[in-house]
Amino acid sequence: MSINQNIIEKIVKIFLWIFTIITIFILFYIVGFILKNGIGGLSKEFFMEFPKSMGREGGIFPIIIGTILLTLAAVFIAGPLGIGTAVYLTEYTRENRITQMIRFGADCLAGIPSIVFGLFGFVLFVIKLKMGWSIISGGLTLSIMILPTIIRTSEEAIKAVPKPLREVSYSLGGTKWQTIVFIVIPQALPGILTGIILSIGRCVGETAAVIFTAGSSLRLPNSLFDSVRTMSVHFYILSREGISLKNAYATASVLIISIGMINFLSYWIMHRFIRRIEGK
Amino acid sequence: MGRSMCLPIIGEPVRMAQGEHMGSPLRGNIMDIRMQIKDLSLWYGQFHALKNINMEIAENRITALIGPSGCGKSTLLRTLNRMNDIIDGVKISGRIFLDNKDIYQENIGLTELRKKIGMVFQHPNPFPLSIYENLTYGLRIHNIGEKSIWDEKIEKCLRDAWLWDDVKDKLHSSALDLSLDQKQKLCIARLIIIEPEVILMDEPCSTLDPIATMKIEELMNTLKKDYTIVIVTHNMQQAARVSDYSGFLLLGELIEFDDTNNIFTAPRDKRTEDYITGRFG
Ligand SMILES: Nc1ncnc2c1ncn2[C@@H]1O[C@H](COP(=O)(O)OP(=O)(O)O)[C@@H](O)[C@H]1O
Ligand SMILES: [Mg+2]
Repeated sequence: MSINQNIIEKIVKIFLWIFTIITIFILFYIVGFILKNGIGGLSKEFFMEFPKSMGREGGIFPIIIGTILLTLAAVFIAGPLGIGTAVYLTEYTRENRITQMIRFGADCLAGIPSIVFGLFGFVLFVIKLKMGWSIISGGLTLSIMILPTIIRTSEEAIKAVPKPLREVSYSLGGTKWQTIVFIVIPQALPGILTGIILSIGRCVGETAAVIFTAGSSLRLPNSLFDSVRTMSVHFYILSREGISLKNAYATASVLIISIGMINFLSYWIMHRFIRRIEGK
Repeated sequence: MGRSMCLPIIGEPVRMAQGEHMGSPLRGNIMDIRMQIKDLSLWYGQFHALKNINMEIAENRITALIGPSGCGKSTLLRTLNRMNDIIDGVKISGRIFLDNKDIYQENIGLTELRKKIGMVFQHPNPFPLSIYENLTYGLRIHNIGEKSIWDEKIEKCLRDAWLWDDVKDKLHSSALDLSLDQKQKLCIARLIIIEPEVILMDEPCSTLDPIATMKIEELMNTLKKDYTIVIVTHNMQQAARVSDYSGFLLLGELIEFDDTNNIFTAPRDKRTEDYITGRFG
C-alpha cells in the first residue's frame, strides 16, 4: 500500500467520523432540547390530571388514555390481518404474480405519506361510514398505515424459521396448520412482536393520520365511537395555537420517552430472538 | 435391473416362504414383509432420481440403503413416508405398500401414514423447545391420551432411547443444550413416543463421533425388536454392522438388494463389488 493510499484511508476515516458525530449531535440536540424545556413540566399531576382551559393548565391524563386506546385499536385490527397475510404469503403460496403484486402493494402502502391516510380515513370512515371522529375511525386508519410493516416483518420472521423444523413436524404427522400454529408462529413470535412494537411506535407518534380521523376531544372516551386526542395531536394544537409552549414541551417529552421505551423494548426482544435462532 | 415380483398385493397378508421367488433376498426366512416398493420411479422436475425400484422391507429387521452420495438414498427413504410430497415439482410413479395398502392412494391419510412411518433425520433437529415439549409435540398433534399419562409415556420413550438417566432431572430445560448424540436420541424418543411401526433413519450418525455412533447403533439393535427400521448410510461398515438386508443404489438404480452378508461377502454385481471394496464412491 503506497503512502498516498494510506493518507486517503486516513482522510476517509476522519470524514466518516465527523459524519457520525454530526448525526449523533443532531439527535442528542433535539432530544436534549425538548427534554430540557419539557421535563420541568412533568409531575405526577401532569400525568394524572385532566387538562384545563384547552390544555393551558392541568395535565394530559385523557390524552395518554386516548393515545393508548387508539394504538391498541390499530394493533388489534392490523395485527391479525397482517400476520394472517404473512402466513398466507409464506406458507400457502409459491412465489408468483399474485404474491408479487401483494408484496408490491404492501410496499407502496408503506411509502404513502400519512396525511394521505388521514384524508382517506376521513372520507371513508368518518364521513362515508358515518363513524365520526372516533377511536374506531382513527384505529382503522392507523391500522391501514401500519399493515405493511406488520406484514413485512412477520413475513421475514416466518421465513427465518428453519425449514427442518417444519419437516420434522410433518414427519411426525403434523398437518400444515398444526405446524404453523405450534412450531412456526411461536418460533417467529419475537420477530413478529418486533414489527408490532415498531408499529406501536409509529401509531404513538402519528399526527396527520389521527387528527383527521380521531378528532381532538379532551374528554375521556366512553366508547369506541368517541373522539380522542393523542399526545402528538395535543402537542401540535398546543404549539400551533400558542396555547402553552410549556405544556407542549412537557407533552413532547412524554412522547419521546415513551417512544424511546418502545424502541428499547423492541431491541430487547430482537436480541432474545437472535439468541434463540443461534440456538442458545 | 427388473426383478420379477409375484407377491399377492391385495388380500392375504404377504408372507414369503423359502424359494417362493428367487430374486428376493428375503427368501431365506419365513417372515412378514412390512413394506413393498413396486416399480418406483421419481423425478425432480426433469431429473430422473429413482429408476424403477423394487424391494421389500422386512418386519422387525434393519434394512440399509447404501451407495455413493447423490445416488438417491435419501430420496428413496423419503418416498416411504411421502416426505417428498412437500417438495415442489416431484413426480412419482409406481406403488409402495404398507401392509398391502398403497400409501400413494388418493385417500390415504397423510397424518396417519406419517404417524405410522416416522423419520429420524441426518442432523439432530430437536425443536428449540424444552425436552418435555419436544416429546409431547407428537402426543398433542395426535391427541394421544390424557395429560396424566404423558409423564409415564415420556419416561418410557426416554428409557427406550437410553436417554432417561441423562435428562430425567432437566425435562423442562432446553433441548438445544443437549450434546449431539443426546439430541439424536431425543429425536428418536420424540418419534417412538407416538408409537410408529416403521422408523426411517437418514444417516442418523453422520454428525456423531465414533463412540456416540456406536451407542446409536446398539440402540437400533434393541429397537428392532419393536420396530421395522430402514437406515440410509454411506458408511459401509455401519451397514455391515447393523443391518440385516442391504440395498445398493447407484445413480438412482437399485443395483443389488440382498442379505447384508451376501452383499458384503459375495456381491453378485460387479458395481456392488467395486463399491464395497472401495473402488469408487
Ligand atoms: N429437492 C430436490 N430437487 C432437485 N433435485 C434433488 C432434490 N433432492 C435431491 N435431488 C437430487 O437427487 C439426487 C439424489 O439425491 P439424494 O436422494 O439426496 O441422494 P443421497 O441421499 O443418496 O445422497 C441427487 O442428484 C440430488 O442432487
Ligand atoms: Mg442423503
